[in-house]
Amino acid sequence: MEFLSYLISGISLGSVYAIIALGYTMVYGIAKMLNFAHGDVIMIGGYVSYYAMNAFGLPWYVALPVSMVVCGVLGIVIEKLAYKPLRNAPSLAVLITAIGVSYFLQNVALLVFGADPKTYSNPFQSLNADGTINQGISLFGGSLSITYVSLVTIASCVIIMLALTFFTQKTKMGKAMRACSEDKGAAQLMGINVNRTISLTFAIGSCLAAVAGVLLCSSYTLIQPTTGSMPGIRAFTAAVFGGIGSIPGAFLGGLLIGIIESLAKAYVSTQLSNSIVFAVLIVVLLVRPAGLLGKYVPEKV
Amino acid sequence: MGEILKVDNMNVYYGAIHAVKNISFNVNEGEVVTLIGANGAGKSTTLQTVSGLLRSTTGDISFMGESIGHLPAHKIVERGLAQCPEGRRIFLQMSVQENLDMGAFVRDPKEIDASLEQIYEQFPRLKERRNQIAGTLSGGEQQMLAMGRALMSKPKLLMLDEPSMGLAPILVEQIFDIITTLHKAGTTILLVEQNAQMALSVADRAYVMETGRITLSGTGSELAASDEVKKAYLGG
Repeated sequence: MEFLSYLISGISLGSVYAIIALGYTMVYGIAKMLNFAHGDVIMIGGYVSYYAMNAFGLPWYVALPVSMVVCGVLGIVIEKLAYKPLRNAPSLAVLITAIGVSYFLQNVALLVFGADPKTYSNPFQSLNADGTINQGISLFGGSLSITYVSLVTIASCVIIMLALTFFTQKTKMGKAMRACSEDKGAAQLMGINVNRTISLTFAIGSCLAAVAGVLLCSSYTLIQPTTGSMPGIRAFTAAVFGGIGSIPGAFLGGLLIGIIESLAKAYVSTQLSNSIVFAVLIVVLLVRPAGLLGKYVPEKV
Repeated sequence: MGEILKVDNMNVYYGAIHAVKNISFNVNEGEVVTLIGANGAGKSTTLQTVSGLLRSTTGDISFMGESIGHLPAHKIVERGLAQCPEGRRIFLQMSVQENLDMGAFVRDPKEIDASLEQIYEQFPRLKERRNQIAGTLSGGEQQMLAMGRALMSKPKLLMLDEPSMGLAPILVEQIFDIITTLHKAGTTILLVEQNAQMALSVADRAYVMETGRITLSGTGSELAASDEVKKAYLGG
């Protein structure tokens, strides 16, 4: 029963990583760049939802879309101002810029929101009849408890995954996105507006970051300017683990990293959990350099 | 016959390299015009500039009487100018059907099905393999897919860049048969080729490019008979 509870918390953690990793992987797939500022967009999403709920008293189901819209616009602005001018620059220049944007966002947050961690009140809880707060459901006579946040997180991840798969496989814009990720020049010759497609990708990725921000802050009940950094890096690892550029890969990679981290913390050592996660990553990349689901289609000449 | 494409004083640079030097040419409705020349003569650069992927520093390009020299590539496709690029550049990880759908990106979704049937009729092989991932097709099938994809936009002018490149002689003949069929059906084609003999045999008119300049022009048969062309491209 203990194992099951660690497993569920791992799946829930992994679901957040998967949602973040989708943002990394979609942007990488299309712009061929690692957007290291992605983690900090999560943090901005967290703060926007924090103020929407605490300062404006909005319910979470309003705060979440508000935060998604703000992050979506932020993603588009970042791409237009910081990355678009470097479209034809060496990838190293783009990478350094992304790191710069990441620090920029963190410092803006420091300036605007302050360095002190703020208490993020978990909106996913219910009140019992006797006035006590109920964080989740209890199964098997109390030996297994699952928080509402975990359930919402896992459900969100599944819904997002299905929606994105439908979008990229079945819709015209989604297919155009895949075409751009393969060959931008050829996509332009089809009449696809590549700039608009890249903007759309950043917008989707950043909306997902906002969702991840709300879920992450709800489960840790704290928010500070560095909130997005570590989950951002873990999710990036997850994206590489699953095969960067692949949407199912991000999902699988996220879940596995979450589960490994949770089980490592429970059964091995809390301090070593990061080392174990990265050791597994190294082993997987040695065996499958493109990641678990990374695609390799030989090109005919 | 109206003029469909008019290129006036085109100059294209890659940094300091002057790749296309002050060329002018035109294509009339219903014609097959070919641009022949050796590797590096600037033929593909010319097509890419007409498509809007590269820019000419001088002059203008007009299509159907309107200037397109300043338009982004995707807007040029909307006007009815399609290019089947060098090296095919199909979307290898997408299915045959999806590649054709991308070709019709700028069209009204209601009209696509009819075109799709037409393409499948013309290229029965593609129909058999419609759900197959394009990367698994043979070289010849990939070239047919690239041509079918370009035709899906129902272009007023189809530009083909080296459609015979890397194909076995029998497939080269098949590709040129298709070009002839398209010509008979009234499609206007601008064909870039290194295979001068084949290109001249299907072309109404031709331009010869050398190191970025147009050095000769005339009807297909005139050029095929010209001593200079024979010496340079047709093996004496």
